[in-house]
Amino acid sequence: MKKNWPLWEVFVRSKNGLEHRHFGSLHAADAEMALENARDVYTRRNEGVSIWVVESKYITASNPADNGELFEPAKDKVYRHPTFYNLPDEVKHM
Amino acid sequence: MSEKEIKNLEQIFEARIERDEKIEPKDWMPEKYRQTHIRQISQHAHSEIVGMLPEGNWITRAPSLRRKAALLAKVQDEAGHGLYLYSACETLGVSRDELYEQLHSGKAKYSSIFNYPTITWADIGAIGWLVDGAAIINQVPLCNTSFGPYARAMVRVCKEESFHQRQGFEIMLTLCRGTEEQKAMAQDALNRWWWPSLMMLGPTDAASVHTEQSLKWKLKRKTNDELRQQFIDQTVPQADILGITVPDPDLKWNEETGHYDFGEIDWDEFWQVVKGHGPCNKERMKARVDAWENGAWVRDAAMAYAEKQQSKKVAKAS
Repeated sequence: MKKNWPLWEVFVRSKNGLEHRHFGSLHAADAEMALENARDVYTRRNEGVSIWVVESKYITASNPADNGELFEPAKDKVYRHPTFYNLPDEVKHM
Repeated sequence: MSEKEIKNLEQIFEARIERDEKIEPKDWMPEKYRQTHIRQISQHAHSEIVGMLPEGNWITRAPSLRRKAALLAKVQDEAGHGLYLYSACETLGVSRDELYEQLHSGKAKYSSIFNYPTITWADIGAIGWLVDGAAIINQVPLCNTSFGPYARAMVRVCKEESFHQRQGFEIMLTLCRGTEEQKAMAQDALNRWWWPSLMMLGPTDAASVHTEQSLKWKLKRKTNDELRQQFIDQTVPQADILGITVPDPDLKWNEETGHYDFGEIDWDEFWQVVKGHGPCNKERMKARVDAWENGAWVRDAAMAYAEKQQSKKVAKAS
């Protein structure tokens, strides 16, 4: 019976002070191999100082079809932005 | 979904691409967009993987440690590029196994240039200079293509590709500044790789079946003929610097158009190679299939080991 190596998502911190960012994915039999493969595939030129790998099946993603209800309510809340408030020009440092 | 609903979704989709919005894997997309992308991205990935073979041929015989280290790094990059592209392709809902199966069965194509042999060290120079040069011209516009994962993979590929071309040109330059025999070797490599490199940019616009749709989806930003002209215009002056001659008697600078005119390409040869009758098609495919089949026990063993470790962990925890 044939079992394929699962898919892993790779996140790399390019330098300390920055967050881990999604770099891509790869196949590996286990987490350790996923880390080693990620080192070879995504950081051949000092692109990273830290790697996270997580099996893709554990990621829950929102559905673009739900974007309306998820994200549109924020659009009419302009009062969350500083530019919503009118102040006279002579007010400084604000 | 009704036909009308699909039509509506298609219009929204085309408008998004028109506005230069990127399409991400979970977004709705027309089936033809999905299939075309699977075809092109996988073909691109296969080309990177098969492309390791002609150069791998020279790793053990590179003339110095410096050259060997560079060639090893280049071939490793190609493996990496293949892997970026395979994973971009998988986001469209096709599995890695299916992709390999398509390559091994001959259903999927790869760049026909890799079906030519590398018979001298100068071929490694010519491949870096010409083949990677043509690849860069093909790939740079793809950094802006509409499908997000493909565009992101291409940004990474293009960043790495420039070293490939420079190392190739440096090999050519060293040979051309060397002995008579070395220079003749460089000329011979140019003679053999020039025309296949021009073919690599694809059939003429008149003969290309996918161009129009691909331009619309920004899967292509320039036509094959435009890319080919760009390649010729930038490569001929480089051959002049090397002091070797491009093997085309009809090649000459055209003041009026500001481009080089060039001779007829032998498209029969191109189609012969695409159809599997190039000098190395069988050898290349055999190498890939053997690698896959002979590696099966390693993949299975790694999987069995991972499962065993996992069940040990579970047993310990309970």
